[in-house]
Amino acid sequence: MRSAVIVFPGSNREGDVADAIERSTGRRPALVWHAEASLPSLDLIVLPGGFAYGDYLRTGAIAAQSPIMREVRARAEKGVPVLGICNGFQILAEAKLVPGVLLSNASLKFVCKDVYLRVETSQSLFTQRYATGEVMRVPCAHHDGNYFADPQTLDRLEGEGQVAFRYCTADGRTTATANPNGSARNIAGVFNATKNVLGMMPHPENATDALLGSTDGKKMFDGLVDAVAR
Amino acid sequence: MTTQRPNDLMGLTPAEYDRAVEILGRPPNRTELGIFSVMWSEHCSYKSSKKWLKTLPTTAPWVICGPGENAGVIDIGDGDAAIFKIESHNHPSYIEPYQGAATGVGGILRDVFTMGARPIANLNALRFGDPKHPRTRSLVSGVVAGIGGYGNCVGVPTVGGETNFHASYNGNCLVNAMTVGIAKADRIFYAKASGPGNSVVYVGAKTGRDGIHGATMASAEFDENSEEKRPTVQVGDPFKEKLLIEACLELMATDAIVAIQDMGAAGLTSSSTEMAGKGGLGIELDLDKVPMRESGMTAYEVMLSESQERMLMILKPGAEDIALRIFRKYELDCVTIGTLTDTGRLVLKMHGRVEADMPIAPVSAAAPEYDRPWTPTPARPVVEAKDVPAHALGTALAQLMASPDLASRRWIWEQYDYLVRGHTMIRPGGDAAVVRLPGTTKALAMSVDCTPRYCVADPERGGMQAVVETYRNISATGARPLAITDNMNFGNPERPEIMGQFVGCIAGMRQACEALDYPVVSGNVSLYNETSGNAILPAPVIGGVGLLAEAASAVGIAPKAAGEGLVVIGEGEGWLGASLYLRELCGREDGAPPPINLGLEKRHGGLVRALIEGGMVTACHDVSDGGLLVALAEMALAGGLGLALAGADPDVSPHAFWFGEDQGRYVVSAADADAVIGVARSSGVFARRIGATTADACLTLDGSVLISLDVLRAGHEGWLPDYMAGRG
Repeated sequence: MRSAVIVFPGSNREGDVADAIERSTGRRPALVWHAEASLPSLDLIVLPGGFAYGDYLRTGAIAAQSPIMREVRARAEKGVPVLGICNGFQILAEAKLVPGVLLSNASLKFVCKDVYLRVETSQSLFTQRYATGEVMRVPCAHHDGNYFADPQTLDRLEGEGQVAFRYCTADGRTTATANPNGSARNIAGVFNATKNVLGMMPHPENATDALLGSTDGKKMFDGLVDAVAR
Repeated sequence: MTTQRPNDLMGLTPAEYDRAVEILGRPPNRTELGIFSVMWSEHCSYKSSKKWLKTLPTTAPWVICGPGENAGVIDIGDGDAAIFKIESHNHPSYIEPYQGAATGVGGILRDVFTMGARPIANLNALRFGDPKHPRTRSLVSGVVAGIGGYGNCVGVPTVGGETNFHASYNGNCLVNAMTVGIAKADRIFYAKASGPGNSVVYVGAKTGRDGIHGATMASAEFDENSEEKRPTVQVGDPFKEKLLIEACLELMATDAIVAIQDMGAAGLTSSSTEMAGKGGLGIELDLDKVPMRESGMTAYEVMLSESQERMLMILKPGAEDIALRIFRKYELDCVTIGTLTDTGRLVLKMHGRVEADMPIAPVSAAAPEYDRPWTPTPARPVVEAKDVPAHALGTALAQLMASPDLASRRWIWEQYDYLVRGHTMIRPGGDAAVVRLPGTTKALAMSVDCTPRYCVADPERGGMQAVVETYRNISATGARPLAITDNMNFGNPERPEIMGQFVGCIAGMRQACEALDYPVVSGNVSLYNETSGNAILPAPVIGGVGLLAEAASAVGIAPKAAGEGLVVIGEGEGWLGASLYLRELCGREDGAPPPINLGLEKRHGGLVRALIEGGMVTACHDVSDGGLLVALAEMALAGGLGLALAGADPDVSPHAFWFGEDQGRYVVSAADADAVIGVARSSGVFARRIGATTADACLTLDGSVLISLDVLRAGHEGWLPDYMAGRG
């Protein structure tokens, strides 16, 4: 599988996700600097976590205007899978490649801890190795992960199956205390309308190695390999 | 020679001023006086502490570079090196907590990546005043947010630390930040300049008027007007630091750099004079070329600015273009601002005028060194357990576990990204943090520790205990402790009793380092931590680093299953002097602290490492603050398991047995406890079975319930968030 991780000034989890992809594919993704205007032929594009442009202005706002984003948009429109994690999700939202916005956490504090996610649909390139309703444990680490969209949009996303993950308890209940940041309807990740673009706040890439505590995130990357193989 | 002295000596003593005049052969101008002032400040010159720091052991076969460079370097095998240092940002953090703490993190990161290391972990040691003091809550909030704000953004995980509260810190909080990095042992960069004619290149952020004379401010006591010192605190830009890290490491992968030094305390002054001074050379700078954030800056301001995220480099001839290409990619300034000379002088030019012309060697190498008078700390009487009230064990445990110094720090570390880079194996909340080294089977364990209440009671024991506690915490993960960095936080050294604390702590540290083959490779001294004559409890904070050859063998403090046996390694006599039990349950802070047997520390450490390496234990925890029952309760909470305790020493009263803070002890959890006890006995180490893990959600002692896990957890986890929310 040919994959690329886009590196913006201030990205800091590009290595984490490159390691996770390598664990599933046996192949190191290309790291592409944001100032590049073109991309090679690819099966997966990842926008990694971090603080692109220091999160100054608004999270993701400046990075969404980087030269490479025109090319990312073009590939996304052609159906290439694009995964934005944490800051990558914020950039995708600012670029309007996924619906909604990310506000500051309800606590107004950075939060780093393990959370439980309920897989809302197994019907996607990213979630096909999970069962719908399956609960996974992965870490989150962000200051601005509070997902927001107006109620009509949220209804539409739910109706179209565009909600990928919700924060939940260990046994799958979507309670307020299981929600680390105040996200609307406990939403942790959303797809675009064609479900080839996924934005999510938690870090599946940091849950791909038993030595580091959890392998629940590995099935996402394994699933993407399956998708390419088909 | 008598000179008319100016009214403002910028913190120099009259004698120091006269010495400056003698060196120059004339009175210094304002810029030169400013340079003397910062270079001879306590912060930069270590003039009160140098005599004693020199007595610490700094060598071992695995030490590549000891104190004197930006950070210490040790060999961790296979051509890899670990580079680390701890540094204080106490004074700025009290004045402006967010920026003070943030720039403390930024500064220590630069000390480490300046040497060519990729930073892989941050730790911190924080000390705040009485929780009831009106400023404490806002200081905790600001300092924690500042550390997180900076560390999270630069993408270096904050994996460990410690936090204390005590009224002696009401007017002086302590913020000590440590960074650990890794590099190839043959690719270490040093600050020693060479090659007259080589370019002096400035990279990073622009210079502004922030932090002017910060080093001088950090070398004076506070008084009621300290809040007015806010303009001397620097402002951090972690995004720029992240770019600077990447740009420097990219340039370091080429062959362009002769020497490199970050601009920390005393900014351009210390970086330029230190690099030239170490090389026995001179340096000439054209200050008009320095990238500036504001117009109209004077030579004095440019030289003394402590603007952050800046580095100074000496490049090989013709290498400027390589540097420029890399720094342009990251949109950072990269400007040649001068050249090395063979004159041995610092010459500064601006607007076509010579603004300073002074010899470097006498200013840097011949800085004043004082042998300050000191008086030993009087010994305190030993507190006998029979003279200490015995509270019900369950109630006492609940109260201790929910006390400010033992309550869970989750509220703090959940604001730090402790996972970024994806190699954190043992997270905050245990003994030492463990971070795997990518591409190898190895991992580093690291811990910062100090028990100031022991240090004030008996500085020698306290200094020794700080070293052995890191040794134990690292050993408890299975790692071999290799070396330490020290952060000496004390009051005004001009007072003999404070100097006596310093001398005592150093003596204890020295003995521990020597006995444990655990040398000091870097460090920092912060004196004058007092306000209106009230000094802090002395805090020689130790940051230790150890190596695990097989990362997969590491253990944490959480037992894995019900039915495991619990074994205490090491014997206790029930030492309650200077303990948390005495302070929290009896309202007393008196008594001699527990003695330390360094020979036993070494044997016990070696034993637990062997048990862990042999896969014989599922968890290990050192016994420290609060004693044995607290250590056991922490293991129970971490594992979510109950404990059935039995087997206390009948010759020691129960409150002293369970809460005594005797040193040199660990608790291990093992599927086969008999085998553990057998190995201990055959090594001549005392070991006692103290109970077993259970599936019941409570702690029992000899069959009676002490406390439920729920009650224990609620108090332990609740105190800090409740306090910060104003509910405490």
